[in-house]
Amino acid sequence: MNFSKTLLAGIALLALAPAAQAADTLNVLTWCDHEDPALLEPFEQANGVKINFKDIDSTAAILAVLGQSKPGDWDVLVLDQTDTGRLVGMKLLEPLDAKDFPFGNIPAEIADPKLSSVGGTLYTIPEKFGYNTVAYNKAAVDPMAMTDINAIWDPKFKGRVAMYDYYVPMIEYVAIALGKTPADLTKEDLPAIKDKLIALKANSSMIGDVTTVQQALASGAADILVGGGEWVTAGIAADNPNLDYVIPTQGGVRWQQALAVFAESKQKDLAKKFVQYIVSPEAQGKLATSSCYWGMPANSKAVLNDAQKAILRWNDQPGYIKVSHPYLQMTPDFDKALQAMWAEVLQAK
Amino acid sequence: MVSSNEARAASQARLAGFGFALPAVAWIALFFGAPLVVMAVYSLLPLTADGSPPQLSLKAYHDFFGQPAYVQAIWNSVVTTAIVVAISVLLAYPFAYVLATKLPKRWQRFALACAILPFWTSYVVRSYAWLLVLAPTGIINWILINLHLTERPITLAYNPNATVLGFVHFFIMLNALTIYANLVQINPRYVLAAQDLGASAWRSFLAVTLPLSVPGMAVGAFLTVVLCIGDFITPQILGGNKELLLPQVIMMQIQRQLDLPMASVMSLVLTVIVAVVYLMVQKPMRMARL
Repeated sequence: MNFSKTLLAGIALLALAPAAQAADTLNVLTWCDHEDPALLEPFEQANGVKINFKDIDSTAAILAVLGQSKPGDWDVLVLDQTDTGRLVGMKLLEPLDAKDFPFGNIPAEIADPKLSSVGGTLYTIPEKFGYNTVAYNKAAVDPMAMTDINAIWDPKFKGRVAMYDYYVPMIEYVAIALGKTPADLTKEDLPAIKDKLIALKANSSMIGDVTTVQQALASGAADILVGGGEWVTAGIAADNPNLDYVIPTQGGVRWQQALAVFAESKQKDLAKKFVQYIVSPEAQGKLATSSCYWGMPANSKAVLNDAQKAILRWNDQPGYIKVSHPYLQMTPDFDKALQAMWAEVLQAK
Repeated sequence: MVSSNEARAASQARLAGFGFALPAVAWIALFFGAPLVVMAVYSLLPLTADGSPPQLSLKAYHDFFGQPAYVQAIWNSVVTTAIVVAISVLLAYPFAYVLATKLPKRWQRFALACAILPFWTSYVVRSYAWLLVLAPTGIINWILINLHLTERPITLAYNPNATVLGFVHFFIMLNALTIYANLVQINPRYVLAAQDLGASAWRSFLAVTLPLSVPGMAVGAFLTVVLCIGDFITPQILGGNKELLLPQVIMMQIQRQLDLPMASVMSLVLTVIVAVVYLMVQKPMRMARL
């Protein structure tokens, strides 16, 4: 074979080689908490299939991967449930039947159709949730003080506060502090929220991503993490028993992740089976206590031991769910307005 | 009159030169020219809510330049880069000068090896290492508190100064290398001649060595601009998001909305800034002399 033929063959191979794999493989775009072998192996063994997962960390990452793939390359995805409408609008998701999933074991607020359905059709199945509220080091901060959402603006905590850098829950949390209902936010509310966020920034020592703020709280670089929750403290509770979180009496923000099947999937039955497996009690226990991060399982029948339930504040959940607000359901235009406002906050001197 | 053989030889030489340059030209066209064109096209196709094909428009440019926080990021990037360049060149020059003119040859190699040590660790590791030094629980604050010089940790990390420090640590050595490479090429007889004519050591440095080492400084400064102004990692880890640089704003567009048109506009702005800097320094760089 001459050089040009070899080159052409190489280019053709590269073009044909998808990131996803085909035969006997279920291709899943997933977050890091779905990647423990203990979670995936039972499904693989029961169905004689290999899970080919690709780690993604946001809906934007999903779209980026899809942009580089052929239709049908991917079967299942994990998503921030607030993006259900956005992905349905792009015709990416397969309609699902509620009868196929254990909605009877999922708290009503978590199973809210506003989060999972569009136009009365179900598209996403809630699987795990938690909170963006306030995490703190109880050796350095009075836990009672943290039950007031306004404590984080107290000058006595100046320089000891860290802020999580995801603008959606942060804006929502500050809106709650201002007495606003997150679901009713409009652009007219943004100037007041911006001022309040700038004041919070002035009281804080840093604004960082998940890794940075968790490290800051664990190392003592910060005593309070605004936007933090069990996803920061639960997984490292054994080594850092003083780290804790609370939902202030005024309320907090609830994150919620979900599973969906791609409309272009060529193995939809197997994909649905995988979704059913992940929301089964056994898998829910493993997902809740993933080595990547912990969170509350959507299925209240999740198999967890007492110690794990204690760390997750199992018994407090009904009260927590009642005072927490899910992520905003936004139009792309409003999302861009929030992002631009967040940039203004970060640029403020 | 040029013979036909000479003309043929000249033509063959030109062809051979073109042949040798072709791989480099193709590389540049494929991995720089084409992506630049793709980015420019993307910048004209603003995001649509439902993912439907967009219409050609300047909307992304309008949105970018209409948002003061984004424009502020350009200014922050330029100022931060200028500060990093100035400090890096100022600190690198004496080091390179001593290395090139005062140190015995065998020690020069050892010193050069030390100079490139920071390049052996990854950017991310180096930035986190600085956090260990500067953080409220870091070494400096530990010393200050134990010496009773302060009761509470002072703020050293998570601000623009920490970003500058992280950059300077890396770029001092880069500049030292380019300046050193320039200084060792300067004929020492020029300085001797100046001193023979009565110039003091300081005067001969200012009149002879310094002007002749401008290309080394210019190349180092330019490389610093290219690497510094587009860097996301260092400001993200050390800056604490206390102010945004343009690469951080670009990442904001990608991470949440995959807004490639807006990110393309911002990336093109970065490219234009680098191009302008190149035009400013291309004369003093005089690459052929290095």
